[in-house]
Amino acid sequence: MNERPLRIMVAKVGLDGHDRGARVVVRALEAAGLEVVYSGLHRSPEQVVAAALQAGVDAIGLSILSGAHLTLLPEVVALLRDRGAPEVVVFAGGIVPQDDVARLREAGVAEVFLPGTPTDRAVTWIRANVRARASGGVPAPSAEPAAAS
Amino acid sequence: MEPDTYATAPGVPLRERDDEPVDAEAYAREDLQRVLAEREAWTREELAQALERLPLRRARFTTDSGIPIPDVLDAASIAGVDPVRDVGFPGRYPFTRGPQATMYRGRLWTMRQFAGFGSPEDTNRRFRHLLAHGVTGLSVAFDMPALMGHDADHPLSRGEVGKEGVAVSSLRDFEVLLDGLPLDQVTVSMTINATAPIALAMYVAVADGRGVPRDRLGGTLQNDMLKEYAAQKEWIVPPAPAFRMSCDVIEFCTRALPRWNPISISGYHIREAGATAVQELAFTLASGLAYVQACVDRGLDVDDFAPRLSFFWDVQSDFFEEVAKFRAARRIWARAMCERFGARRPASWLLRAHAQTAGVSLTAQQPWNNVVRTALQAFAAVLGGTQSLHTNSLDETYALPTEEAVTLALRTQQVIAHESGADRVADPLGGSWYVEWLTAELERRALAELGRIEAIGGMLRAVEAGHPQREIAESAWRHQRELEAGERAIVGVNAYRSAEEPPIPTLRVDEAVARAQVERLRAIRAARSPGAVDAALAAVERAARRGENVLPPLVDAVKALATLGELSDVFRRVFGVHREDPRLTSTPIGAH
Repeated sequence: MNERPLRIMVAKVGLDGHDRGARVVVRALEAAGLEVVYSGLHRSPEQVVAAALQAGVDAIGLSILSGAHLTLLPEVVALLRDRGAPEVVVFAGGIVPQDDVARLREAGVAEVFLPGTPTDRAVTWIRANVRARASGGVPAPSAEPAAAS
Repeated sequence: MEPDTYATAPGVPLRERDDEPVDAEAYAREDLQRVLAEREAWTREELAQALERLPLRRARFTTDSGIPIPDVLDAASIAGVDPVRDVGFPGRYPFTRGPQATMYRGRLWTMRQFAGFGSPEDTNRRFRHLLAHGVTGLSVAFDMPALMGHDADHPLSRGEVGKEGVAVSSLRDFEVLLDGLPLDQVTVSMTINATAPIALAMYVAVADGRGVPRDRLGGTLQNDMLKEYAAQKEWIVPPAPAFRMSCDVIEFCTRALPRWNPISISGYHIREAGATAVQELAFTLASGLAYVQACVDRGLDVDDFAPRLSFFWDVQSDFFEEVAKFRAARRIWARAMCERFGARRPASWLLRAHAQTAGVSLTAQQPWNNVVRTALQAFAAVLGGTQSLHTNSLDETYALPTEEAVTLALRTQQVIAHESGADRVADPLGGSWYVEWLTAELERRALAELGRIEAIGGMLRAVEAGHPQREIAESAWRHQRELEAGERAIVGVNAYRSAEEPPIPTLRVDEAVARAQVERLRAIRAARSPGAVDAALAAVERAARRGENVLPPLVDAVKALATLGELSDVFRRVFGVHREDPRLTSTPIGAH
C-alpha cells in the first residue's frame, strides 16, 4: 500500500518578511518529493494554524528571524493542541540564540534548524520525525488555498 | 556621449557572450598588439605547461555572481575601456573613481553603525556608547511593529516589541530616542520604509520642539519602497501608493530639509535576498531611475532633488567583484542622470553610497570567523569608495549585537581607516586590469538587466508583476544548490567544521520593554486631546485621498500625539493592505 507523500507547511510567522530561507526550503522539500504549502508572509500564529489544518499538513516549518520566536512558536504549538491536532509536528528555522533552542523544545518545537543547515538534513529529519497523519493529506472541505487566505 | 561597447580581447576564454564589435581603433595600437601576441604565446607555452603539470582546482573560475574569469588579465583585456571617458578621475564625471576629488584624504567615510533594540532609552544609551567609541554618524534600527505600522499594544506586536530594533509608537518615544543628541551636528540615518513618512515627521517634530531649524537637520531616511516589494517585504499598502509616498518624502525634503537625504535607494536587501551583484546593480539603479522619473513627472527640477538622492549597497565576500560593483554603479548612474534626465549640476550626477557588510555571509558556526569576513568586506567597501559604512557584528546570526561585538565591528573600520593605508589614495585599484575589466563587465551585464526592467515599464511595473522577486528567488535557489553541491565553500559550514561549539554570549531583550512601551502608550492616549488627534488624523486622510503631499499633515498629527499605528491605519483605510501573491513571485514548481 502506497503511503501518501508527507505534506508540510512552510510558514512565515509574525511580522518578519525575510523569506529567502523559507522559499529555498519550500523548493528543497518539493525537490525531495514532499508536498509543500507556503503560508505567505506576515501570518499570525492563528492564521498559520488555521491554514495548516485546512491544508491537511502533517508538519509545520516556521521561519522566523525577528527575535519573536519565544512568543510566537510556542503559540503555534499551543493552538494546534487546542484545535485537537497535537500530532502535527512543529519545527523551525532562522535566527535563534543557542540558549533559546532548549526553551523552544520544552515548549513543543521538535527541532530548530540554525543558519547553515543543509536542506537535505532538514529533509532527512522530516522523514524520520514526521508521520502522515490519519486526518492529514487532503485539504478540509471548502478550504481556500493557504496562500490566498 | 556615445553608447559604450566594451571589447574583450580575443584569446580570452569565451562565455555565452559577445556580439560586441571589437574596438578596431584600440587594436590598431601597437602596444596592445604586442601584449596580445605575448598572451597568445604565454597561453601556448607557460600556461599549457603549467596545466599539464597541475590541472586547475576547478573546471572554471567565476566571480561569486557567476562571471567567468579569464586565465589572465592584462593591458589588452581592457582595450575597450577608455582611460578618460570611462575611468577618469575621482570627483569628475563619470565618477568611476569616486564622487569626491580627494576622497578619504579630505574626509574619511562616515562610520555609521546601525543600532537599535529594546526601549528608546536602551537605544539612546547604545547611541551614546557608539559616539563615545568613535562612530561619526548614527543609524537607527526600528522594531518590526514600527516598521510594519503597528503600535506596541497591537495584537500583531505580541513578542516583537523591541526585539529587532527600537520600539517607537509616538513622538514621546522619538524624544527619548534622540535625547541629548545635537541634531544640528550629528547626522542620523533611519532605516524605515513603509512608515518612513511617519518617522520623518516625528524626527522633524522633535527638532521643531527643540528649536533646531529644519534646514540644519542632516541625515538619511531609507524610504525605498520599491525594494520592499522586491526583497525586504516590509509593507503596509500596495506598491503604487507606497511609491507615491516615498516620492512625497523626496518632494517635502527638497523644499524643507535641504541637508537631508530623503531616500537611500537600496541594493543591500535585494542582494541579501539572493540576487547576484549584477541583479543588485540593475534592480537598484532601476529603482533610482523610477524615483527620479516620478519626481520629474510631479514637476520637480531634477537638479533640485537629485543631489540628495543616496544609495545603499551590500558588500559581499568576493572582494574584487564588490570593488568593481561600486565603480560600475557610479558610472552607470552618472551617465543616466546626464543623458536620460539632462541633469546639469555635477552634484546631480554623482552616486553617493552607504554600504553594509553582508549579513547573509555571516555564519552561526564558528562565529569568530565572521570578524574576518566583515573586515575583508569592509576593506572592499573602502576600496570601492563608499561614503558611509556599517560593519556587522560577529554574533548577528544569533541576535542583535552585544556591546562588545559592535565595538569590535567599529574598531574594524578604524583599523582600516588608520592603519591600512587605504585612506591615503583615491581609488587605489583603479587601473588594475582585473578591476577595470570587471567594472566594465558588471556595467555591461547590469545595463542589459536594466534594459529588461525598462522594457517591462520600469521598476514599479516590474515589482507589481513579480519580476525581480522571481529573479531573486531563482538566484537564491541556485546559490543554495551550489553550496550544497560543494561548489561554494563556506569555512566552518561545509568546510573545516567543528564538532560541538560552546554558545557565545548574546543580547537579550526583555519582555519588560513591551510592557513599558504599552504603559507609555496608555499614558499618552489618556493625556492627549482626542479632538485634536481626530482632526489631525482626518487631515492626513484628506491629503492621502486627494493625492496631496502627506508630510505636512503628518508632522501636525505626530505633534498632536497621533500614534504610528493610528497613522498607519489611515493609510490602510485609504489605500488598502497589501498581500503578496506567492504565485506571482515564485517560479511555478508544484502546487502552492
